[in-house]
Amino acid sequence: MIVNAIFFYLFAGICVASAVMVISARNPVHSVLFLILAFVNAAGLFVLLGAEFLAMILIIVYVGAVAVLFLFVVMMLDVDFTELRQGFLNYLPIGALVGAVLLVELLLVVGGWAIAPGVGHAGSASASMTNTQAIGLVLYTRYVYFFEAAGVILLVAMIGAIVMTLQHKPNVRRQNIAEQVARRTTSAIELVKVKPGQGLS
Amino acid sequence: MTAVQLPAFVPLLPEIVLGLGAMALLMVGAFRGNLTVQVVDFSAIALLVIAGAILLALPAGRLTSFGGSFVVDDFARFLKILALIGSAAAIAMSLDYTKRERQQHFEYSVLIVLSTLGMLMLISAADLIALYLGLELMSLPLYVVAASHRTELRSTEAGLKYFVLGALSSGMLLYGASLIYGFTGTVSFTGIAQAASHGGVGLIFGLVFLFAGFCFKVSAVPFHMWTPDVYQGAPTPVTAFFAAAVKVSGIAMFVRGAVMAFPGITSEWQQIVVFVSVASMLLGSFAAIGQRNFKRLMAYSSIAHMGFALVGLAAGTSQGVQGVLVYMAIYITMTLGVFAVILSMRRSGGMVESIDQLAGLARTHPMRAFVLAMLLFSMAGVPPLAGFFGKFYVFLAAIQAGFYILAVIGVLASAVGAYYYLAIVKIMYFDEAAEGFYAMPIGVRVVLGICGLFNLLFFVYPGPLVEAASAAARSLF
Repeated sequence: MIVNAIFFYLFAGICVASAVMVISARNPVHSVLFLILAFVNAAGLFVLLGAEFLAMILIIVYVGAVAVLFLFVVMMLDVDFTELRQGFLNYLPIGALVGAVLLVELLLVVGGWAIAPGVGHAGSASASMTNTQAIGLVLYTRYVYFFEAAGVILLVAMIGAIVMTLQHKPNVRRQNIAEQVARRTTSAIELVKVKPGQGLS
Repeated sequence: MTAVQLPAFVPLLPEIVLGLGAMALLMVGAFRGNLTVQVVDFSAIALLVIAGAILLALPAGRLTSFGGSFVVDDFARFLKILALIGSAAAIAMSLDYTKRERQQHFEYSVLIVLSTLGMLMLISAADLIALYLGLELMSLPLYVVAASHRTELRSTEAGLKYFVLGALSSGMLLYGASLIYGFTGTVSFTGIAQAASHGGVGLIFGLVFLFAGFCFKVSAVPFHMWTPDVYQGAPTPVTAFFAAAVKVSGIAMFVRGAVMAFPGITSEWQQIVVFVSVASMLLGSFAAIGQRNFKRLMAYSSIAHMGFALVGLAAGTSQGVQGVLVYMAIYITMTLGVFAVILSMRRSGGMVESIDQLAGLARTHPMRAFVLAMLLFSMAGVPPLAGFFGKFYVFLAAIQAGFYILAVIGVLASAVGAYYYLAIVKIMYFDEAAEGFYAMPIGVRVVLGICGLFNLLFFVYPGPLVEAASAAARSLF
């Protein structure tokens, strides 16, 4: 149990610290790297809870795909982040005020912390099967609605990206692979007998 | 292995038809190119009509599926029909517009249909996950269609602004939802209602964030800042879509979320709704006075109208919800009608949007001027036009629930609102005539005709709508 607690505070502490670094790092690339660190530690927290499937998904999807895409975007966009921070100090007082109000409210909430009765501790769904099996049983049955809805949302994102960026330019010569493959010497080369001294007319 | 049963799919038939239909249209458009824009547009309208017909043909009463995540009751039926009407009108009004602005993309109609699918899911959502998924499916296509005039700076600005602020509001809503889940241990509205009867600071904290997200989507004060810029920048048929169908779905989510999930702490959320409603009515009415751009003015007008509709929710009773439903039904006809007129403000130089361009419309286009004047009187709440009845039902519910001050502020705000509506009528009827506009395209003409007739003749036979709204409101309590 004590090992569990030590690892919990380790993961949670690094997670919070790296989350702070995400928003305070000067270099945006460092921000993304700290974001990855936060994801990995959150995955560690999932493992402690016995949700190993979610932990792996978090690593694969967020670290493997999302964060790497972030990194690409940050590196490809030539944004001058120091210039973006120019007006930061002007908004500091009001930002600090809002932050202080939120902090007080959060403290009040923690003071009145009461989990509803009947809420059990998180843990594996069933002793007789693994988490992956348990998710598989409900994902396409009980939760098929959410699953399909998420699929449609991704479709919309794809359509949106295409609508916003695709431009049909006329007069662009495109590669036609079938035509290239089907080329024969007869259509590609014309053999002409040229008599000496006459040239081609 | 436990036996697994598939959930009932019948209550979802309209959604399934819309989803599959949208994908089929996408294939047609993708393979046939932009030559088929007209075909896709008309098929999209047909799809919306078919979905509405299936919805009405579903077995009566309360149908649920997916463990209670998806509910079809009279409330959902009423608002879904309104949302379908709003979307079909938005496509009908865009038919000519996109052709003239050389912005013909078949994706426009497909995105509107997908957004409508999200609306239907949102209106039926009876748990927090379904609500969030429906909301995102509704919103994502909106960001894209708002920015669909890629070459125009105003349009891309509107899309980006809407996207960034919409993402922020989604974040707030999710934060509130996670707090509510944390304090109640369930995401389903009925489960939350049971757990919430004890109250508790944490739950109210989550409720506030959830309501902040709701207010954002219906553009109620203090989360209204994006509305004027987005309304002005987006292409006009898209703005009509934002003002009609999207608002209906937002109000549906607001009402169902508040009434179904938090009946035990009604007095707590009533304070929030009363504040939001008063602030929206006052800001919408006063800020619209100085506006010269018609679309911007309609943005402030819609903020005020959301305030009036929320008066009914603030009452927290079945009559109040009935008032909200009647108000929304009348609101979308008024809004679509006014946007039909804005869409017809086209002369040789292109589209114009300023109110001053309407000068002397009564002389150049007497019929158009009459219908617009009538719709504006209806918006101001002048009897016997439809808008009066909308306001009547919400204020009546507020008075019956004991919110006298709220009703008085509402009446005063609608008097202020009447000033700027009448100012437009004055410009149309008494100012020097400007150059006339082109003839109205057929789609816009149909929408304007139906909306005008509805507003003019509603008082003759208000029974069916009021009865349907009453049944819909009862199904929630």
